[in-house]
Amino acid sequence: MAGATSHFSRADIRDRRRSLLPLLKKIHETEGYLSQESIGRLAVDLRMSENEIYGVATFYPQFRFTPPGKYHIQVCLGNACHVGGAPNFMTGMEIERGLGDGQTSADGMISLEGVGCLGCCAMAPVVLVNGELHGRMNRVTFMKLVDELVPREEGS
Amino acid sequence: MSAAKVRVLVCESTACLSSKSHEIRSDLEREVRRLGLQGRVEVGFTGCHGFCQIGPIVVVEPEGILYCRVKPADAGEIAESFQDGGRPVERLFYRHPVTKEAVPRYEDIVFYKKQRRVILRNCGLIDPERIEDYEERGGYGALRKAVTSMTPEQVVDEVKRAGLRGRGGAGFPTWAKWDICRRQPGDEKYVIANANESAPGAFMDRSLLEADPHTVIEGLALLGFAVGAHRGYLYCRAEYSLAAQRARRALEQAAGKGYLGRGIFGSSFDFDVEIFEGGGTFVSGEETALLSSLEGSRNMPRPRPPYPAVRGLWGKPTIIDNVKTLASVPPIISEGAAWYAAIGNGGARGTTVFALTGKVANTGIAEVPLGTPLSTLIYEIGGGVPGKKGLKAVQTGGPSGGFLPGNKIEIPLDFDALQAAGSIMGSSGVMVMDEGTCLVDACRTFLGFVQSESCGKCVACRVGTRHMLGLLDKIAEGTAAEDDLVRLEKLATIVRDSSLCGLGKTAPLPVLTALKYFRSEFIAHVVDKRCPAAVCRDLITFRIIPDRCTGCRMCVKVCPTGAISGPRSQPHNLDQSKCIKCRACYEVCKFDAVAGEAIIIVS
Repeated sequence: MAGATSHFSRADIRDRRRSLLPLLKKIHETEGYLSQESIGRLAVDLRMSENEIYGVATFYPQFRFTPPGKYHIQVCLGNACHVGGAPNFMTGMEIERGLGDGQTSADGMISLEGVGCLGCCAMAPVVLVNGELHGRMNRVTFMKLVDELVPREEGS
Repeated sequence: MSAAKVRVLVCESTACLSSKSHEIRSDLEREVRRLGLQGRVEVGFTGCHGFCQIGPIVVVEPEGILYCRVKPADAGEIAESFQDGGRPVERLFYRHPVTKEAVPRYEDIVFYKKQRRVILRNCGLIDPERIEDYEERGGYGALRKAVTSMTPEQVVDEVKRAGLRGRGGAGFPTWAKWDICRRQPGDEKYVIANANESAPGAFMDRSLLEADPHTVIEGLALLGFAVGAHRGYLYCRAEYSLAAQRARRALEQAAGKGYLGRGIFGSSFDFDVEIFEGGGTFVSGEETALLSSLEGSRNMPRPRPPYPAVRGLWGKPTIIDNVKTLASVPPIISEGAAWYAAIGNGGARGTTVFALTGKVANTGIAEVPLGTPLSTLIYEIGGGVPGKKGLKAVQTGGPSGGFLPGNKIEIPLDFDALQAAGSIMGSSGVMVMDEGTCLVDACRTFLGFVQSESCGKCVACRVGTRHMLGLLDKIAEGTAAEDDLVRLEKLATIVRDSSLCGLGKTAPLPVLTALKYFRSEFIAHVVDKRCPAAVCRDLITFRIIPDRCTGCRMCVKVCPTGAISGPRSQPHNLDQSKCIKCRACYEVCKFDAVAGEAIIIVS
């Protein structure tokens, strides 16, 4: 290890490491997820191993490794939303749309993700659709919202 | 510009923005122009007022009139009220939840009346994107005073005499760690503002940054001056994009005015701040984990000592303070330690901000002097517990705080009293629970959260919380035996006593306090196999009360498994063998059906 990096100063290595998270975030924002290719490119640029990058990236729940659907639905599962019945939204999606946490529908239209507290507890339970917040939901209004975004296919 | 100029301020914080408050502002601007009032009416925006429940909020200054639950369609009526002879829009006044009396003025609303705002002193009053607004209210005066007329020792001493303790949760005396860091040799030191607020139910750090980012920056600069650091970081949770955006703008403005950069106020003090958006994990709020994250690694905590004040970021002396702690510093410097130390009841000094959520009439963020009784927060500011079900428990300190039973709510809100009762100040989240809450289920939720956020570094937390959760699952499913309760309590004590960082040390507190104060509820699950609050899914059944059911078929439509059947206008039938207890019928009956509440949950 020491030999491979000896011609870089400590400050170089430190700066590269420090830029890892901001860069991952940027890639995630522009591409919607972290693909194997982009991590490979980042590994070359930062002179780090892909394993090392995956080790950091998978630690943070904000990063996805599969592309999101056209409508990315994030259900807040924080305390206030939990008490307000948010877990039922997840079971609703599972039962009625066959979509579990972290999954994307086969047609690529919807992806579902349960997330930690979004800090909108006064509006609980809340759901984000492509970053737009919908507050004071219940299971019925939530499923209605999903049906409006992506009408259910006949016979499915 | 005449002195009588009216300012209409629309709240544009995350919660109000979600209710389209930006549209309200643009509609107001349009309406004001349409009526030709732009000469005497100025439309602007502010950050969070803390009372998010009644949002979107529009405030009219200088009268201090508050309109709540405003919709874009109301813009015309509000604008017309500024015409000659116009009267305030009474329809949009806040109404007292019990008396239904209209309360037109901001300061008369009980939610605000009982508060003492030091940290949030500018929130809702200034435009967070205009440094001039902050300056008008004395902003950067404390930094000027410190840099031009005080020594770093004097700043530390002022904070010491003020009695300020860390508002991030642990309550460590702020001056003590500043002093350690100040005494470290060398010129390379770092200061960090911790805004990695990830505890469910806590949103005051975000509100503060969204409403008054300059306060945090000024506090951070003062900290930098006190310890001799030239670089500060604002560690902001990644999900808080608006907060980061406003802070970024504030940094540019502060640098433009010479409050940051080289030779601040003509002195030799150089200071710069950089924003770092963290990864949205709970553990990265822990100071050593935050450092790992800043260094680009997995954010896992490190053993202490060495404390960050001695060896922190890149091995250099570093101070990490919560944004609320930092926001308390400018007033301490400008108003003096004696002024600050006079606030607070009992032994505690100063104020702190609580996020009030759960089953309470007024939810939002409220700042009160430390030592205020919990009951004041819940019954006066919070307006009490709505509905027919009474207060059951209050959880302080976020997901890893303990539950306090109803008979303990006279407890003063300060670090030591809460700790003595088995809870913590923690993230200052206060979650109110009514009789409809099952403590077993609540423990399971909170522990589930902390368990999934456990970084996995130390065995006690990684393995211990998982097994605790397994035992709670058994209890909630009705498959536990009585000795499982003993096992759970023992395991919780071990995890509390042997974990590496604050996350593991506090994770068992909900379980320990629930077992202490609400043991009978656990016994009901274990021995009688029933959930008294009718929450735990495996121990409940859904029933339709035939007398109340009007046969509106709403529930038949929403039932995903076809468990409910029956012709229109006749009481429906619920087939228990098909029911998956998804609550869809219960909710549709409660909120949308003709008769309402014909479906009940029993255990």
